[in-house]
Amino acid sequence: MVAPVNRRPGHSRRAQYGTFFGYLLAIGGLGIGVLLLASGGDDSSAAQAARNGAADITAPAAELAAAGRSEGQGFLAVIGGYLTRGSRVARLEREVAEARVKLAEQAALGEENARLKALLGLAQGEVRPVATARLIGSSSSSTRRFATISVGSRQGVRPGMAVRAPTGVIGRVLEVGDNTARVLLITDTESTVPVRRATDGIQAYAVGNGDGTLKIRLATTGINPLRKGDAIVTSGSGGLFRPGEALAVIVSLTPDGAIARPLSDPGATEFVIVEPIYDESTAQAATAADGGR
Amino acid sequence: MPSPLVSPITDFVRGIGKPGINRGPSTLLAVALPLLLVMAGSLSPTWPVIAAAPVMPPLGFILLLAWQHLRPGLFPVWAGLPLGLFDDLFSGQPLGSAVLLWSLAMILLDILEVRFPWRGVVQNWLVGGAIITGYVLLSAQLAGGLDLPLLLPQIALSILAYPLAARLVGAVDRLRLIPIRKY
Repeated sequence: MVAPVNRRPGHSRRAQYGTFFGYLLAIGGLGIGVLLLASGGDDSSAAQAARNGAADITAPAAELAAAGRSEGQGFLAVIGGYLTRGSRVARLEREVAEARVKLAEQAALGEENARLKALLGLAQGEVRPVATARLIGSSSSSTRRFATISVGSRQGVRPGMAVRAPTGVIGRVLEVGDNTARVLLITDTESTVPVRRATDGIQAYAVGNGDGTLKIRLATTGINPLRKGDAIVTSGSGGLFRPGEALAVIVSLTPDGAIARPLSDPGATEFVIVEPIYDESTAQAATAADGGR
Repeated sequence: MPSPLVSPITDFVRGIGKPGINRGPSTLLAVALPLLLVMAGSLSPTWPVIAAAPVMPPLGFILLLAWQHLRPGLFPVWAGLPLGLFDDLFSGQPLGSAVLLWSLAMILLDILEVRFPWRGVVQNWLVGGAIITGYVLLSAQLAGGLDLPLLLPQIALSILAYPLAARLVGAVDRLRLIPIRKY
């Protein structure tokens, strides 16, 4: 296309000034961007208020879209289900047979557990979720991994609360708007979750890789005891996440730890549960030591 | 016989889009549609895609680029400031990242426009691809970590998305210039 812009707008002083100030403002935009980034304005309350206000405004439309997403996925799953029916039925029958045996064992274990707990005089702590919410958006084009959920301070959600899908933890609440909240997903590069191996309790940290996987960093150095297929659960240190919640499975080993795949896929999840902070006092101390984030 | 109330309305509906010596595009549509399209692109994080990795193209930015290529000067050169700020509210990037990069891109496009006023599809795509690649890389850098293998799929998708965005912009450009206003 040829340029229809009149860059030299003749002798009109007004037009000349208009062009001049346009460029001035454009360069000012550069400066404002640099200032915002350099001043750490991202964490300021004004920035948070603006972001959460924007999320609140778009929440109704985003919720509709989220419903559409799960419908669409269900539709595709149905088609896929027809194609792979035979082999899946066979596999499921085998799994059911195995699961029956396991169930009997579990029932026995549960009984024993209840008996032992009664012996110790421990009350069974039932977790009452703060709220149930829809995942209504995610930072799909940024390298940071945030999600937006459809509940906020009006529903009693506060920063630091754990967010979990039926299959496992997906992240924790970072900022809260009136009716929406921003969730730092466990796969974000800034997210660190204290974890342990489910079987023997080896302590480690799960740090996000930004590409949907987690890096498992061992708390102690030495011989790497992790194996492929190990289940990783939250350890409860730091006080934000309840101990023993399923988090990830190790898929490959590295010299000083492992790469794990989260059990919960935010993309396949429609509804999530917001859980109260596990241990308020520990979490506050940890956050204070962490510098507020 | 049509009632006098209906007649002007039906006349109006029939006349939409038909060129005539006493018709022109509506100023509101002509100005607002490009802005709305770019802002709708910025809203893409609220679309029904929950991604475990950055895969979605930065649609707002690509649409802005396509508008600048099709209609240089439609957006003022400082448009990166307000539109970038809007994008920052939704993108998950640190606040100020899009303000900086969109302003930079607008100034860069302006300079390119002066140097190469006559361009074809291929040049537009090359320039667009280069600017998008730079944008994705710098965005990642500002968000706190550059991991090239992680970004390659997004860069590829974004470059492929550019011609589609350009087609969309072309269609909206026709829509916005429909002569519906009577003089």
